[in-house]
Amino acid sequence: MRYAMVIDTLKCVGCSDCVVACQTENDVPVGYCRDWITETVDGSYPNVVLELKSERCNHCENAPCVRCCPTGASHIIDGGIVLVTPNECIGCGACIESCPYDARYSHPEGGYVDKCTFCNHRLEKGQLPACVSVCPTNCMYFGDLDNPNSKVSRLLKNRKYKTLAPEAGTKPQVYYLI
Amino acid sequence: MQEEIFVSGRDIPNIDPSLEIWHWPIGLYLFLGGLAAGIILFASIVVILNKEDEYPTTVKYASIIPPIALVIGLIALIYDLKNPLYSWQLYTTIRIESPMSWGAWVLLIVTPLSFLWVFSYFSELFPTWDLKFEWLKKFEQFVKKNRKNMAYLLVPLSIILGVYTGILLSAFNARPLWNNAILGPLFLTSGLSTGAAAIILLAKTAQERHLFGKVDLALIIIELGLIIHMLMGMYAGSEVQLEAMRLLVGGEFTVLFFGFVVILGLIIPGILEALEIKGYKVPVAIPALLVLIGGLIFRFVMVEAGQITRYLY
Ligand code: SF4
Ligand code: SF4
Repeated sequence: MRYAMVIDTLKCVGCSDCVVACQTENDVPVGYCRDWITETVDGSYPNVVLELKSERCNHCENAPCVRCCPTGASHIIDGGIVLVTPNECIGCGACIESCPYDARYSHPEGGYVDKCTFCNHRLEKGQLPACVSVCPTNCMYFGDLDNPNSKVSRLLKNRKYKTLAPEAGTKPQVYYLI
Repeated sequence: MQEEIFVSGRDIPNIDPSLEIWHWPIGLYLFLGGLAAGIILFASIVVILNKEDEYPTTVKYASIIPPIALVIGLIALIYDLKNPLYSWQLYTTIRIESPMSWGAWVLLIVTPLSFLWVFSYFSELFPTWDLKFEWLKKFEQFVKKNRKNMAYLLVPLSIILGVYTGILLSAFNARPLWNNAILGPLFLTSGLSTGAAAIILLAKTAQERHLFGKVDLALIIIELGLIIHMLMGMYAGSEVQLEAMRLLVGGEFTVLFFGFVVILGLIIPGILEALEIKGYKVPVAIPALLVLIGGLIFRFVMVEAGQITRYLY
């Protein structure tokens, strides 16, 4: 099992539904979010390309946040999901510094570090992550890359894609179709 | 061709501006750790070479600093933890890949040893105090006898501690300013230099002052070399590293870095110490204090500036 998320930047309209769905589903403290939208404008008029996409923790295969955690609070579970155990986390912030995507934040009340969980609690019930399930343009896909027939495997086989800051060596598991 | 790139939309007031999760206590902690490492290393070497009588300040009086510095440093570190009640979790596991983890373990060994070291000089430091209990007196004799063994242990440990203060930062590939291999040796050198400066400040004899004046001068020259090396490495690096370098060279940390760290904290005290060694009358407290303040500001600058730097994607 190797979970991955595939996001089609050509379909994303930047509506932020995924952001709100995540905040609601995961009770994210006000003013924080586990996923967010970026808008990139490339080139100069008249040849401009606009790219919208939803970003979150990339659940890196080679996760620096897990390696640098002194207590083991940050860990990888089956399926490759990177999680934080709140009552093992001392809030040292090493993982926040180590993440090239700035995907982590310190929970304002709990003091532990928090971030996207790929909605592990929903996956256990056989549901999709909240963000994926609400996307009105259906631009997000979630599935198992070890299964060659899953939608995500087929998309990555047939479409051009990229990952974010691959030069950081983190092997992200969130893929962007371009 | 990409002529213009701008990224917007990531407007998360509580994450982006407060990405700086590490604040001044971390800089203070790194400074105190380096200072303690420096003094401990010098004291251990003096003991190993049987020169205790010639350099009493180093082994006795200056050695009171490391335990105090380490305790204040640890308090500062815990103060900056967001979940300090769980800090005992650090000692439930050893994680080789995490500098934070082995730093915590090294501190757990070095801090008590630094207390024992001072204790081994107890009756010399406080001749009027009486160790009330017989077993305490016996214990003092025991540590006194084992002082040299402690010194052998503390030489590698203090070097690890000094290097660790730099590696803690340089291990973060996500922060281009920190992510260079020179930071470990650089922080070690700076820590040793502040340690020597503290000894100069306390030294009572010209012999001890001059020896550590020379040591400090050598360390200052090495440190300047390493700083040039670090900047050259970044200058030859990728765009993210260039961007990191610009913070120190021409960017918002230029005055602090070149003014207070390089010029006031290294070059001027270096010149003053050279003059003092040559026999000119220089109040040694001035270069020593400049080195100490420069070392502290250096840690603040590196911790603050490093957190701003990031990957561009
Ligand atoms: S995106 Fe950041 S938080 Fe998520 S696994 Fe990668 S390094 Fe860790
Ligand atoms: S803040 Fe928590 S999860 Fe992050 S490295 Fe420290 S202990 Fe681990």
